[in-house]
Amino acid sequence: MVDKETKTTLNKTTGLPRKRFYRARAHSNPLSDSHFPIPLFPSQFDYSQHYPHFFPASSENASNKKIQFADIGCGFGGLLVSLSTLFPDTLMIGMEIRDKVTEYVKERILGLRATNPGQYQNVSVVRTNSMKYIPNYFEKGQLTKMFFLFPDPHFKEKNHRRRVISPHLLDEYAYALAVGGIIYTMTDVEELGEWMKGCLEDHPMFETLTEEELKADPVVKLLSSATEEGQKVARNGGQTFRAVYRRITPSQ
Amino acid sequence: MEEGGESTKELEVAPALIAVNPSQQSVVVAVGSDLRVYDLREGCAASLVDESDKSFHKDSIRAIRYGVNGKLLVSAGDDKLVKIWSTDSWHCIGTVSCEKRVSAAAISNDGHYVCFADKFGVVWVVNLEEKDGTFSLVNEKAAPMLSHYCSIITSLEFSPSGCYIVSADRDYKIRVTVMPKRPLNGAHEIHCFCLGHSEFVSCLDFISSPDFQEGYLVSGSGDSTVRLWDIMSGSLLDTCEVGAKAGLIDSIEREEEQFCAVTDLCVVPNSTLIAVAIQSFKGIVLLSCNVSAKSVSFTKVVSITGETFSPTCLGMSSSEDLLWMVMGISKLPGLDCSSLVRVRAMSGFKRISEGEPIMLEDNEMPGGQKLLEKLQGSVSIEESVYVAASEALKKAMSKLLIKKHYSVENRETRKRTRNDKKFKQ
Repeated sequence: MVDKETKTTLNKTTGLPRKRFYRARAHSNPLSDSHFPIPLFPSQFDYSQHYPHFFPASSENASNKKIQFADIGCGFGGLLVSLSTLFPDTLMIGMEIRDKVTEYVKERILGLRATNPGQYQNVSVVRTNSMKYIPNYFEKGQLTKMFFLFPDPHFKEKNHRRRVISPHLLDEYAYALAVGGIIYTMTDVEELGEWMKGCLEDHPMFETLTEEELKADPVVKLLSSATEEGQKVARNGGQTFRAVYRRITPSQ
Repeated sequence: MEEGGESTKELEVAPALIAVNPSQQSVVVAVGSDLRVYDLREGCAASLVDESDKSFHKDSIRAIRYGVNGKLLVSAGDDKLVKIWSTDSWHCIGTVSCEKRVSAAAISNDGHYVCFADKFGVVWVVNLEEKDGTFSLVNEKAAPMLSHYCSIITSLEFSPSGCYIVSADRDYKIRVTVMPKRPLNGAHEIHCFCLGHSEFVSCLDFISSPDFQEGYLVSGSGDSTVRLWDIMSGSLLDTCEVGAKAGLIDSIEREEEQFCAVTDLCVVPNSTLIAVAIQSFKGIVLLSCNVSAKSVSFTKVVSITGETFSPTCLGMSSSEDLLWMVMGISKLPGLDCSSLVRVRAMSGFKRISEGEPIMLEDNEMPGGQKLLEKLQGSVSIEESVYVAASEALKKAMSKLLIKKHYSVENRETRKRTRNDKKFKQ
């Protein structure tokens, strides 16, 4: 029985949010228009609200850093939390369309910042629809890494247009990524894995990474081990399908 | 259940459109599904010939454009068809089917490609070929070229050099994409975005000067501003608060109901002037653009008196000093006649420093009464009807292009009564 008086959404020991209070439907309609505020253009994005350590309210010591990693559909934030300590000087953001899940990640980051002074200041989360608003948040060539891990498969053919990786949307992701920037995709659904790989292969602004490059990249093994979805798949003994591509200049 | 007065049986209305041949050899007006052309060179109404299976449009036309120095005309709309017409023979040389309603169209500068946008935000392209001055459609099947995800595209423009295609949508965005060598394989390289408008973007045009051929982009929006952009960098050069400057918005008390959207704009060729039409405003706002100073500023308001006429669409040729304007609606609820069109023209932009531009009387217009009879139809309309039409057009534009904001309770109610749920609560 839950003791209603002491019911709290934060775990008393770790200070981190408890998932059961942030349950949400797994799917959210990416076609529905937003009810959340969107910056009109990238310079309108409030860095001081998300990264107060780097951008204090008094703008004297404000850094001129920009966000370089974006986790699209960050879910409960597993990947971001691991990346934060691996790349402490890089600003990164998670984008999630589900309201409750975004709240969970917010609380998680705040909790981690409180219990680990000086750390996790470079990571934040925002509730938004990345399929429509990427250019509002990021300037051309701003990002060096983009993550699309375990996206909604949208099995029915008529719903394929809702998939977060598609030939047209890759144009926008290529716009936000710097030349040389990397796009990481992973799924446990084989058909979706083939689809994403196919879209990237056919797109003139992406080329695949070689096996050596994949082995050398410390981020690659985090894709399945750091995310909650990835851990679930490993627990169930499932297979993951990965496609990692580099943004290139299109050949004329 | 009552939902803010909106009923699903509400009549869908579309504004009338006008386009002028670059050398003013013809003028075309589209209202509802009707395409009306007056051939000024021949001095008579043109008879369109369409021998395709799906001949002529069956539903409201939403875009009409001339291209290639006036040799081609494209029309497209709610019937999901894009028709390409030769302006020499007035024959339909090709019909392209689209899965969704078409909201915008443009012809490439060399006439090789016709691009059109559907309601879901995809811009499609078809290939034309030219032999001895005659154009023909290579393939009736269009290829998807680029997409504004899930957003209605309101305007498509090719840059003066032809290197870029600019697309504007209802989510306040303007995208500048590089035109590739093979557009049928997709236009994947986004050059830049022009972001800054705070409401839907309704119209685009380019302004250039002899020593600056590529020119700057001019855009009009539902946020009541006209903005000047450098598409090479995507930077906003200047903003003109048209609604406020024209005295249409009380800038101290901005209320929700003050909807002074820019409905259309037209750069006056060989000048620095831009003519702007504002929703429900009985006149034209003139702006002047200083290309070297990269600025756009309010010049004057030209009011139209004598009748209730608020233009919703503008057009100009490259050679004549005449701004053509149309106000019209596809159908008016509760009215006998099927549609309503009023065409007028304004002259005197070349002598702007000496005086105001003047409205031409009906008998002073090129083509005179014959042109007006063809383009307006022969029904005489009462004044009060124009007022009602203006209101209906305002509602229609708002419904199409402005996101509806529901209260939280209303949203939850709407979710519960959605018809794709297996069981109701």
